[in-house]
Amino acid sequence: MPNLAFDTAHLLAGGLVLISFMLLYQDRLTSLLNVYALHALVLALSVAWQAHLQNAPHLYVTAGLALGFKAIIIPVALRRIIERLGIHREIETVVGIGPTMLAGMALVGLSMVVMLRVTAAATPIARQDLAFALAVVLLGLLMMVTRRNAVSQVVGFMSLENGLNLAATGARGMPLVVEISVAFSILIAFIVIGIFLFRIRERFDTVDIGALDQARGEHR
Amino acid sequence: MTLVILLVCVAALLVASILGVAMARFRAGSLIVYSMSLAVCTVALVLALVQLLRNAAAPTLVLPLALPWLGAHFRIDALSAFFLVVVNLGAAAASLYALGYGAHEQAPHRVLPFYPAFLAGLNLVVIADDAFSFLLCWEFMSLMSWALVMAHHRDANNRRAGYIYLVMASFGTFALMLAFGLLAGPAGSYTFEVMRTGQHGPLIAALILTLALFGAGSKAGLVPLHVWLPLAHPAAPSHVSALMSGVMTKVAVYAFIRIVLDLLGAPSWWSSMVILALAGITTVAGVLYALMQHDLKRLLAYHTVENIGIVFIGVGLAIGFQTNAMPTAAALALTAALFHVFNHSLFKSLLFFGAGAVLNATGERDMEHLGGLIHRMPYVAFTFLIGCAAISALPPLNGFVSEWLTFQAILLSPTVGEWGLKMLVPGVGAVLALSAALAAACFVKAYGVTFLGRPRTPLATRAKEADRFSLSAMFLLAALCVLAGIFPGFVIDALAPVSQALIGSRMPVQATDPWLSIIPIAASRSSYDALLVFVFIGLASFLTAMAIHRFASHAFRRSAAWDCGTPDPSPSTQYSATSFAQPIRRVYGALAFQAREQVEMPPPGDPRPAVLRVSLRDLVWDWFYAPIEGAVAATAGRLNQFQFLTIRKYLSLVFGLLIILLLVLAIWL
Repeated sequence: MPNLAFDTAHLLAGGLVLISFMLLYQDRLTSLLNVYALHALVLALSVAWQAHLQNAPHLYVTAGLALGFKAIIIPVALRRIIERLGIHREIETVVGIGPTMLAGMALVGLSMVVMLRVTAAATPIARQDLAFALAVVLLGLLMMVTRRNAVSQVVGFMSLENGLNLAATGARGMPLVVEISVAFSILIAFIVIGIFLFRIRERFDTVDIGALDQARGEHR
Repeated sequence: MTLVILLVCVAALLVASILGVAMARFRAGSLIVYSMSLAVCTVALVLALVQLLRNAAAPTLVLPLALPWLGAHFRIDALSAFFLVVVNLGAAAASLYALGYGAHEQAPHRVLPFYPAFLAGLNLVVIADDAFSFLLCWEFMSLMSWALVMAHHRDANNRRAGYIYLVMASFGTFALMLAFGLLAGPAGSYTFEVMRTGQHGPLIAALILTLALFGAGSKAGLVPLHVWLPLAHPAAPSHVSALMSGVMTKVAVYAFIRIVLDLLGAPSWWSSMVILALAGITTVAGVLYALMQHDLKRLLAYHTVENIGIVFIGVGLAIGFQTNAMPTAAALALTAALFHVFNHSLFKSLLFFGAGAVLNATGERDMEHLGGLIHRMPYVAFTFLIGCAAISALPPLNGFVSEWLTFQAILLSPTVGEWGLKMLVPGVGAVLALSAALAAACFVKAYGVTFLGRPRTPLATRAKEADRFSLSAMFLLAALCVLAGIFPGFVIDALAPVSQALIGSRMPVQATDPWLSIIPIAASRSSYDALLVFVFIGLASFLTAMAIHRFASHAFRRSAAWDCGTPDPSPSTQYSATSFAQPIRRVYGALAFQAREQVEMPPPGDPRPAVLRVSLRDLVWDWFYAPIEGAVAATAGRLNQFQFLTIRKYLSLVFGLLIILLLVLAIWL
């Protein structure tokens, strides 16, 4: 089975893109968090597979971090937050789900076209890894742009970061120190955003960021 | 060795600047700072003169300062040595003048720290030998002079002048930075030595020339980049005005000559046309603006614009002749330009000193409030008269020689090949002749209204003669004006190494010509003997005076008392600066300034006086700066909306830009 390595990597990275699409069409916060946990799990698997392929033991640590922080701690914490806030039903989109999905497909196409052309000299695994990673990053950005709810924006941001991780492990580049520091900065960003969520809620009775804009005295 | 001593001089100036900070509150502070500046500049002047006259190999030095991998390169070649002479002569004279003048300064703590630092900056720009040091020193010089312009910052006009100056100076430095970047090329070596060897395509060369014109021209005062100059120069204390007008504009000329004639390599023929056209416009616009002024220092500042135009005419001609393989003519034109640089630094400093003495004695810069000062300030009046005669290009003074040499170069133009130049240069000659005549009219006005007639206000009646230091500085410069006018051959010979280095040719040796005459090209063509003219003028006036005294009638006559042409006893009925300028305003003003005169006659029975209103508009502001200002304001107004977007819209902007860039990448590849 000479192509098993490539096919498995392909499957996991492609699965990540697919789960990004799943994130796009969730309309409840609890299910969104479940899908995000799945996203992080697939990322951890993908990184672990890369560690196996590249014989790079430190990537197992990365995979462990992804599994621990992103697949377990953060979703659980976010779930507790939304339970305390009592907002597990609301997801307010700016654009309808359908157009968002279409835009997401266009973005995946774009990232394939760009990345496969740019990285013509790299190994096949790195090429498809980078292309899928760019797609995940763009889908994460799309999610941040098309959601009004702060929690779903946080989830979009986290999935974007997962895309970055995928790219970094595929390119055989990122040292462990950088990886750990990135993981910690994500955690801190998460904590800060969580605290802000409570503060926003206390002040405005909602986590719709439109309320923030009205508080700044601006008109949309 | 020369270079080391010179750098020590610069260091001494910086020390004086620190002393200025510490001593500014004490009375002795200005004495110490200015006498130190005087001593240091005199040493530097002697060094530079020796270097220029000895024509030795250019000393170079690399200091491990500035950027670590680059270092600071210094070098004194003939061009640098000449400009060092100009800088330090002006600086020494200004320091001597300031020994007296500075004692009256109300805010010495805002002048003393910056003055020696400004002098140091002027010196450093001229000896810098790599682009980084050059730009650093250039900006240092600009900032120090800006600080001096802002010395009397409580006046709102001065603040505005400082602001406009700062904007124009930053713009100029920016243009110079781009010019040096292009000169360095993709290899990016910033020493002038390497830049000299670079080859540039026609497009790059054109860009470099344009940027140099913007960069150096904004500092020198080429129209339409001159707007800051008549605002900022008068705002500074008078000895600093003299330095800015007489010396700093020359440093800008140095930068232009260095870039275009030295670093750029072979110029293209059209570049001389651009320079000549701009210089012609600058010359005539400068003098016309000057004529309309009645603020003495502002008038002088506008005249600097005119003289810079004359210098640039010489430089443009030199480039034009050089591209036509006429090295002798090019050497003549360049020597004329440099000679005018030297002359202008002498008489413009002298005139600003005079204006400063008047300002100090009366507290007035407005000529309409002065008058009759010749009785109260005879020495100042005498030296100011010499300065006026020199700047009006009257023989036998120095201004005549350099403008005459420029005309000699213009007269050689029929032999150039390009028709464009052939058509343009006579036009420039006509403009030069016109502006010389207008300059004479302007200084008749300035001198006549300020020093002659009767005092127009009580302030002018209480004026006192200037102190001895100021007077000695003014007499020194006046004597140099006369000497350089009578013995121009020596100056021309001293300038020979400069044109030899830049053009590869020089004017014929003048010192050996009979009777100290100067012969620019050939004796059969033209020659000028300043000594002869001087002796003739002296003899003729002496003999005329003798004859009048000898043969005048001693018989008694009875007639009405002579009323000096002003039958009304009120001083306000005298010829004023505005009335002097009226004919010229009527001839040129309607076109050049959109001058409008309006007479308001009160109805019969109304005791109010009739009023004549004159409105002048500066077309450069209207046509050049107002559109730019409008465009900037409109763009800023549009962009202002981006300050108030929602978080999601900011994210969308970033997202959209990312997608567009990726699309460009996808299509491009």
